[in-house]
Amino acid sequence: MFMKSILCAAALAAGVSVASAADISGAGATFPFPIYAKWADAYKKDTGNGLNYQSIGSGAGIKQIRAKTVTFGATDAPLKPQDLDKDGLAQFPMVMGGIVAVVNLEGVKPGDFHIDGPTLAAIYLGKITSWNDPALKALNPGLNLPNLPIVPIHRADGSGTTFNFTYYLGEVSPEWKEKVGVATTVDWPGGIGAKGNDGVANNVATTKGAIGYVEYAYAKQNKLTHAGMINKAGKSVEPTLEAFQAAAANADWANSPGFYQILANEPGDKSWPMTAATFILMYKTPANLAASNDALSFFKWAYEKGDKMAEDLDYIPMPDNVVKLVETMWQKDIKQK
Amino acid sequence: MDRARALSRLKFADSGFRLMTLASALVVLVLLAGVAIALFAGAWPAFHEFGFGFLFSDAWSPPREKFGAATAIYGTLVTSLIAMLIAVPVGLGIAVFLTELCWLPLRRPIGVAIELLAGIPSIIYGIWGVYYFRPVMQSYIQPFLIGTLGNVPVIGFLFQGPPFGYGVLTAGLVLALMILPFITAVSRDVFDTVPTVLKEAAYGVGATTFEVVGNIVLPYTRVGVIGGVMLALGRALGETMAVTFVIGNATKIQTSILAQGTTISAMIANQFADADPGLFTSSLLALGFILFVITFIVLAAARALLASLEMKA
Repeated sequence: MFMKSILCAAALAAGVSVASAADISGAGATFPFPIYAKWADAYKKDTGNGLNYQSIGSGAGIKQIRAKTVTFGATDAPLKPQDLDKDGLAQFPMVMGGIVAVVNLEGVKPGDFHIDGPTLAAIYLGKITSWNDPALKALNPGLNLPNLPIVPIHRADGSGTTFNFTYYLGEVSPEWKEKVGVATTVDWPGGIGAKGNDGVANNVATTKGAIGYVEYAYAKQNKLTHAGMINKAGKSVEPTLEAFQAAAANADWANSPGFYQILANEPGDKSWPMTAATFILMYKTPANLAASNDALSFFKWAYEKGDKMAEDLDYIPMPDNVVKLVETMWQKDIKQK
Repeated sequence: MDRARALSRLKFADSGFRLMTLASALVVLVLLAGVAIALFAGAWPAFHEFGFGFLFSDAWSPPREKFGAATAIYGTLVTSLIAMLIAVPVGLGIAVFLTELCWLPLRRPIGVAIELLAGIPSIIYGIWGVYYFRPVMQSYIQPFLIGTLGNVPVIGFLFQGPPFGYGVLTAGLVLALMILPFITAVSRDVFDTVPTVLKEAAYGVGATTFEVVGNIVLPYTRVGVIGGVMLALGRALGETMAVTFVIGNATKIQTSILAQGTTISAMIANQFADADPGLFTSSLLALGFILFVITFIVLAAARALLASLEMKA
């Protein structure tokens, strides 16, 4: 009886909030925050509806949607299909981007320095400790690399960027997979921990001999020296929109339940090896139908009209065929009436 | 009749006041017990899973669900120790200078400056530490230490490794700077309470300033001085942001104090927001509980020290 009256009260409260047309509420990944904020701004001008997105990190976003305090959660580390089913969640990709290695070396300009996956893993494993190591010299015959200790910088907080980065290192280095693993926070063999994409960018910028990994937008904003990479096909690539797109084109979204796709280490001559998608989590049977519908209309609008804005900020919009797949999934899985 | 009524009203008001103050005092106890119990309850799954080994294990691997507190406990204790080793003698020295030796017109400005230092928020020390102090450590102080002390037998291992700038020593030095004003401000205030007659009597029989400080001022004020030192130690043990910025946040124990480490509060600040429910969150709460216990032990030890001093006196 008591439970029943609580449920009634909750239903009433939900009913009230429907009438007041509150802002769409979401929380999670920091990586897509700049583009979500830009979309939200334009969406408000277009439709009058607002979005309240808190960029608190992927792990925290998953926590919030599980606690049902937000209408959608956002994460760069996708949930496995069985975890989605356990909580009755639907997952879909919203936008894609690239992760770049950034270095602080005197006289080295963006694009001068190149590195491949196994060498990057060896640096983060603490096996390559000096910039004039033969492995780095072999990759950069044209550079005069100094005899300077390498300061590897990583995220100290739980992060979707770390998940994608460690996933890539695990793909190219069996030792990494076995000793360190793949997760949003791992047991780092060494180096410096910094908080957030900004924290890593700042620490790299102020520490001589540092190497770090950040979302491309943060490297660009902070004018950091990014490293070119050798991809799976053995080709040297630069972090450009085309390289990110080439990697993204390989993804087989149609045959991935829960859109579980990690875009690291994709084949193709032009593919950037550390490309990542960022995902939205929503309940299939939402407690507040109206709020859920509002969120879906925002995402629909973003897929339709947000591409240009995404590209301006160096994000890669989802291709049209993937958007179709996502919208079909909405119709099928997410309760809308 | 009126007098009796007035008296009874006074009595009533007085007992009411007594009850209110008693309740306030009890609230503190209840809160303390509540925090301890809540922390312990949250930490229980981790204690249950890892047992006593939790205290001695330096593992910290969320993907493998292996956690241990040793790295954080070690970092917390070592950074605080470095800070105290530097800040206590220097802080007391400043206080002695201000009360005994300083030219009178300068006492107030220097005193005010120190109180201002004590009021600077810790995040400012953190920013200063990471942007200005850390590069100096990386380029000058650490290479110097590695080149000199690093080659000394026995203690050399403490000063080896590459100079990254970040590390346990850097954090300890920033902490020393942060707690210095606490020690100075408190000891200066208590040094001022020493009766002039006592000091003049000592000077009168030919004591030097050093002897006066050692034999009159410090014994007279030891309770206050120890109180100030403990307050500073408490701050050092629990300091979060300034330490997080410069310690390097590495989850492995390394013997060199130039190497990176972490502290209990830095660990919680970095990882709590997005820790998965279950063992990860529980292990972080267990760290919090351990910090609670460490602080409690420090305070209890200070009390015991004071009590034994009183006995002797």
